[in-house]
Amino acid sequence: MRVKSAAIVVSNLAKTYRDVKAVDGINFSVDRGQIVGLLGGNGAGKTTTIAMIMGLVTPSGGSARVLGADMARERHAVLHRINFESPYVEMPMRLTVRQNLKVFGMLYGVTDLASRIEEIAETLDLTKLLDRQSGKLSSGQKTRVALAKSLINRPDVLLLDEPTASLDPDTADWVRSRLESYRRDRHAAILLASHNMPEVERLCDDVLMMKAGKIVDQGTPTELIARYGRETMEDVFLDVARGRRSGERETTE
Amino acid sequence: MSDGIAYQTYSVRRVAAMVLRYWYLLRQSWPRLLDLIYWPAVQMLMWGFLALYITEESNFAIRVGGVFIGAMLLWDILFRGQLGFSISFLEEMWSRNLGNLMMTPLRPAEFVAALMVMSVIRLLIGLIPVTGLAILFFGFNLWGLGFAVGAFFANLIITSWSFGLIASGLVLKKGLGAESLAWSMTFVLLPLACVYYPVSVLPDWLQWIALSLPPTHVFEGLRALLLENRFDGTAMLTALGLNLIYFFAASMVFAWLLRSARWTGALMQTGE
Repeated sequence: MRVKSAAIVVSNLAKTYRDVKAVDGINFSVDRGQIVGLLGGNGAGKTTTIAMIMGLVTPSGGSARVLGADMARERHAVLHRINFESPYVEMPMRLTVRQNLKVFGMLYGVTDLASRIEEIAETLDLTKLLDRQSGKLSSGQKTRVALAKSLINRPDVLLLDEPTASLDPDTADWVRSRLESYRRDRHAAILLASHNMPEVERLCDDVLMMKAGKIVDQGTPTELIARYGRETMEDVFLDVARGRRSGERETTE
Repeated sequence: MSDGIAYQTYSVRRVAAMVLRYWYLLRQSWPRLLDLIYWPAVQMLMWGFLALYITEESNFAIRVGGVFIGAMLLWDILFRGQLGFSISFLEEMWSRNLGNLMMTPLRPAEFVAALMVMSVIRLLIGLIPVTGLAILFFGFNLWGLGFAVGAFFANLIITSWSFGLIASGLVLKKGLGAESLAWSMTFVLLPLACVYYPVSVLPDWLQWIALSLPPTHVFEGLRALLLENRFDGTAMLTALGLNLIYFFAASMVFAWLLRSARWTGALMQTGE
């Protein structure tokens, strides 16, 4: 039996840009083997939170610790055990898939890289695409390549920013299956920012609802649906986005 | 530690990964390769023919003719070295890949080392054929200057890295709106470093500024070599000393701009 241990610990994390509070003193943790959803409307602070966890943005206050390291000061001790995927951050387009995976694999210090590329290409059905330019792939293929890049170093912590955005339902379902099996096999901690509520219901053990830089609610999808007296996470999301509190239903429906 | 993953404080393999990334990019784009040779060749031919015309006019000019071509080739080391450094950096901005890289274990010092290696590779791709053309068209053999070429090259390339660091840091902090600085920044040295004329022609107060710049000593050294047949080792050591100060200062500025970009969130928005 595996011991439960926090892979990500966020304490009083805050970020202010001039006079705008993008993230306002949030607290949460993600255990090994857990998938946590980070939900919120545009501008809620999800991307800034993920960027601070990755060490890409320096917090104005508080801390984000990943695998024990403070990401503002000690990120280089653990960056080789973390990875990130977002359809909005493209891989260099002129390089072939194999070249991109080779460069990123070397950056992550992956040993026996050639076999790892073959292995991950087979897992993600990319073998036939390895020698094609990344920029010439369809969006579904690009997402699979981005996923391959994010798994190349077998990360213990995976941060995903809308991993299935712009994918057709079949491909999106396929990607979710791969993420589920990766979490299970690797006992990895996954933080998932998503606007896709069925995806959140299917994948997430716990959900953080963000609004205006704060975490306004938290719980399992089942708990949140019950708390808001709704039938789906989509309804819960709309309640939170429109400022309705749990248990408080619109009377003008 | 993860399976099959090696953690190192400074990794030559990560530097090699970045060099490989730029090499793939260069190899797959013939316009990029052509661009490395095109302008240096055009400039060298223009200065070469101008020098030929001047040498027909006076005896003194016969000796000065070679200086023009030599100065042009050395100026190109300085200018193309900085451009080679900055363009590799700009490739990451253009492809919006900087965020991806900054989330990998790649350290800033490794990234800078890769940019330095690429600046030399890009420079040599352009310089070697152009020096060949200089021999073919004008009988001027830069490599014939022997050991001095190494001293000139080393000093100029270090200056170009210092300017490349500042230009890249500004683009990092201010986005692609500052891109034009990467193309034009080194030109401030063209009049001040006395590329085509001796320091003595400047007004006294400007001479002090000129002599505080490492390349001035290199171009003075070139003239001493071609006009007086004298290798000025002191000038090269002065240039090296100044270069070390400039490079250290530029590294500090780059590190500060990177910290500042992390603070302002600029690494998340690497567009305009």
